[in-house]
Amino acid sequence: MTVALSGKDIAARVEEKLPGSLEDSGDDYLLVKADSLVAVAEFLKNTESLNFDYFNFVTAVDYYSYFEVVYRLESVEHNHSIVIKTRCYDRDNPAVPSLAGLWQGANFQEREVYDLMGIKFEGHPNLKRMFLWDGFEGHPLRKDWNK
Amino acid sequence: MEVGEERRYIYSAEEIDRYEGQLIEDLKARSTEPIPDPDTWLEEEGKRHIMLTTVDTVINWAKRSSIWPVICFPACCAFEFIAAEGPRFDLSRFGMEILRASPRQADLMITAGTLTWKMAPNVHRIYNQMPEPKWVIAMGACAISGGIFRSSYAVVPGYNRIIPVDVYVPGCPPRPEALIYAVQMLQKKIAREKVVPDLPEFLQKGK
Ligand code: SF4
Repeated sequence: MTVALSGKDIAARVEEKLPGSLEDSGDDYLLVKADSLVAVAEFLKNTESLNFDYFNFVTAVDYYSYFEVVYRLESVEHNHSIVIKTRCYDRDNPAVPSLAGLWQGANFQEREVYDLMGIKFEGHPNLKRMFLWDGFEGHPLRKDWNK
Repeated sequence: MEVGEERRYIYSAEEIDRYEGQLIEDLKARSTEPIPDPDTWLEEEGKRHIMLTTVDTVINWAKRSSIWPVICFPACCAFEFIAAEGPRFDLSRFGMEILRASPRQADLMITAGTLTWKMAPNVHRIYNQMPEPKWVIAMGACAISGGIFRSSYAVVPGYNRIIPVDVYVPGCPPRPEALIYAVQMLQKKIAREKVVPDLPEFLQKGK
């Protein structure tokens, strides 16, 4: 079984290395500030004892007042996992930095989130629609779509 | 052919030749007269009464007795269709056991499943590739109206948005019996079709 690492423990290690990069942390997640997302992800990937080498998924949730982008990372070597989240409060132009440079697996999934939720991933190599056709109006998984 | 006890089942080439020759001679001896051609029932055919019918009836009978469906199964209803095709429900009783992978050989489209807008141009194209005459059975709630996915951004709310539908089968999914009933309904519908055009007016009686 994959062990879900405690968010609090990891948060302490991240804070030590990158102070001020976290907004919050819980038992099973880290809430990262959007502008330090790449730095935190890089730390999680490249630190010897953490070694999150497998990008499991990215998805997004619409909470009306903000969007939350959720990532789940796993380490094949240590068989543990962590969930990291980040929020974008600008509803008209939500954007978070892309992690496609760190994990190839993020490439298509970030396109999917962009397609259905309309969140821009800055620095993505090929950010265009994935499932819907060009010219489709809006992003249908947003809660206020079709209202 | 004289064969000693010690040489039974062991033949020389010459002995085999002689044995085969004997077979031919025997058959020849039995075949001096020609066997009469089997044509007795031809007499009977003439004795049966002559049937009068209309061209419409004959053409419609031919049309409805061999409806071949094209493969168009985008979602779960397909499994009920497969069950209907299988030996238990046996759709082939109605002359339609052959599924055509090529729309050019098909007469009927059974739309077994949810259609998404992304798939819609392809289904429309398949329909256009089918030769006339052609019919469509909308199978299942999704095919009729979009079903449970009707409000989705991705789903076509009913096949009749893109192609004309002849028979609707409700259900989610409809049971194979329902599908078979729909096929019978379609056959009844075809039977009432008018194939032969009316005579021009000046040839019609009393005009
Ligand atoms: S009608 Fe029901 S069974 Fe048929 S395709 Fe739709 S959801 Fe599936």
